[in-house]
Amino acid sequence: MALLVDKHRPRSLDQLTYHKDLSERLRSLAQSGDFPHLLVYGPSGAGKKTRIVATLKELYGPGVEKIKIDSRVFQTISNRKLEFNIVASVYHLEITPSDVGNYDRVVVQDLLKEVAQTQQVDQSAKQKFKVVVINEADHLTRDAQAALRRTMEKYSPNLRLILLANSTANIIAPIRSRTLLVRVPAPSEVEICEVLAKSGMKEGLAPARELEKRIAAESGRNLRRALLMFEAVHAQNEKVTDTTPIPPPDWEALISVVAQEIVAEHSPARILQVRAKLYDLLTHCIPPSTILKTLTFKLIPLVDDALKAEIVQWSAFYEHRIRMGTKVIFHLEAFVAKFMRVVEEHDMGLEMEF
Amino acid sequence: MTGFFDIKARKEAAAANGTPTKAALTKENTRSQPWVEKYRPKSLNDVTAQDHTITVLQRTLQSSNLPHMLFYGPPGTGKTSTVLALAKELYGPELIKSRVLELNASDERGISIVREKVKDFARMQLSQPSAAYRNQYPCPPYKIIILDEADSMTQDAQSALRRTMETYSKITRFCLICNYVTRIIDPLASRCSKFRFKSLDQGNAVKRVEEIAEKEGVKLEAGAVETLIKCSEGDLRKAITFLQSAARLVGAVGVMEKEKDENSMDVDEEDTKIVTIKTLEEIAGVIPDATIERLVRAMQPRAKGIVYKDVSKTVTDMVADGWSATQVVTQLYQTILYNDLIPDIQKNKITLVFSEVDKRLVDGSDEHITLLDLSLRISNILAGAS
Repeated sequence: MALLVDKHRPRSLDQLTYHKDLSERLRSLAQSGDFPHLLVYGPSGAGKKTRIVATLKELYGPGVEKIKIDSRVFQTISNRKLEFNIVASVYHLEITPSDVGNYDRVVVQDLLKEVAQTQQVDQSAKQKFKVVVINEADHLTRDAQAALRRTMEKYSPNLRLILLANSTANIIAPIRSRTLLVRVPAPSEVEICEVLAKSGMKEGLAPARELEKRIAAESGRNLRRALLMFEAVHAQNEKVTDTTPIPPPDWEALISVVAQEIVAEHSPARILQVRAKLYDLLTHCIPPSTILKTLTFKLIPLVDDALKAEIVQWSAFYEHRIRMGTKVIFHLEAFVAKFMRVVEEHDMGLEMEF
Repeated sequence: MTGFFDIKARKEAAAANGTPTKAALTKENTRSQPWVEKYRPKSLNDVTAQDHTITVLQRTLQSSNLPHMLFYGPPGTGKTSTVLALAKELYGPELIKSRVLELNASDERGISIVREKVKDFARMQLSQPSAAYRNQYPCPPYKIIILDEADSMTQDAQSALRRTMETYSKITRFCLICNYVTRIIDPLASRCSKFRFKSLDQGNAVKRVEEIAEKEGVKLEAGAVETLIKCSEGDLRKAITFLQSAARLVGAVGVMEKEKDENSMDVDEEDTKIVTIKTLEEIAGVIPDATIERLVRAMQPRAKGIVYKDVSKTVTDMVADGWSATQVVTQLYQTILYNDLIPDIQKNKITLVFSEVDKRLVDGSDEHITLLDLSLRISNILAGAS
């Protein structure tokens, strides 16, 4: 059985429920006959991918839904062989170049040129160009992005690119100046409620308005997450009412335990205990910056108002270190230690005043 | 392969219509072209706003001697356009293929390519153009190798160029193009005459954009051009791309072509298709002033607990709305720096925070935490703390 997220994913621009004017704009672009390169950005779970698939359908008709997975082998200059998966239909290709890490430049150069140099084979196709969708474009290396620059201009009769990214911060300026920026904001809580109610109805589940509202608030305006939570609640409880508790993901539960432990006692022994839990989280492939972020937001309600700004400052500091450094556990622990020290100093200061 | 399909398609079209319409085909092609390509300067005279460089180049055109060149400057100022226009004027359409080699970052440019491809091309003897052709174009006795985006070439590859440039200087000239002249190794830079391309000033950019808008028949709201130039920060390519996207969105394109066919256009249809400032800002990803205002208001010093709550709520909303953090930083920076109510000492401290945050964002830190940190620290400084 497919997950609700996939089962009720809108397939065409008409079925998209929120950001109507954005859908309308995409449609007019698709129909205008000269489709620009797009750079679609927005937070995760906002519906970027869904919108793009719907736009492709608008461009080419139902043919784009017949996809197959190709496995290709590329060779780097140092003769290393790279396996690379491509999702393709007759009209478009979908690639995630960050899969191959630092070698993404090779993939971008070879693959895009190959695609760009052949014309659309199907004479009955609606458009003369092919579309290449690049996922996680913000993880492309500088080299790969530089390689895109001229390719985008030179082969524009045969090729259109759609770049998907979470933020435009890591996209180099020359690429940004060559694409049409499309911002996809996260849906508001009301919009999430509507979507939840609709899928609940399609599944024949009993409606529970209050629960939906709580899920929407809990999801942080991430629709995918909201739907998964919604499904989880329904899967775990026979009968769902307005007061049914929403089970948090277990990693989040663990992090809140960590937060409480840190606040309760400030000692080296406690850091050792916490380290075990942090390692546990890391071995379960929770990204370190997510751990740090969640931990920070769990800690903040527990501390004095005067300290909040300082905690955030150190959190941002160590988050940056995590990105730049190699061994993440150092920085997570450093944050924990720093937190304890900051709180301790604050408490001491208060005592001295008395 | 490409040609094969093209011919087949044309034949089919011809058979169906009875009238082969090659002209129509090319017209179709130019219409679906990005305007950036369509309005790329055809000759040196067309290049906007780089007067100094153009004068120098035009002199060299007459004397038919050319130094090695190094063009540098921010994106969208016309570096590639200038060199392509120069090549076109020098060689004309027929000779350009055999006399000019263009390599950019999309081509493999490691040391092996420099050793083989570049060297082979540089070594090649010149073909003699016919006398009639030579009357039309200067056809100087050398080839040009254009290395676009040269700052992304490796150090080794650049060093490999050094001797090549000198050995074949009789028959080959190099033109390096880059954004950052510091990334070009000194020995190369000293072999070239440098041309700096400066950011376009308001007047020239406005003129060019208006010209294109007129040719394409795009109606612009009053003040829209200024907004466009402001959003694109002196990058003409960006400005033109924005203009085209905006025109596509509101459907303002194609008016001109109809006008050509039939001079009596009904006026009321045109009125509905106007590119507004709002559309342009939306395309450029500019954050509405109201949103920034809200953040600034939230940052005003008050009791600690309230400030945190307000700021965190605003930042969470902004991140969820998908505004890019770099854009927030840029706009917030301008708002705060031009605010006369903030004392200079505080501004100093705030600028330091901005510099740190910008670096973090470039390194790929989490946008949410970083923005929150930025806002809280500014708020702290505004409250008078160190």
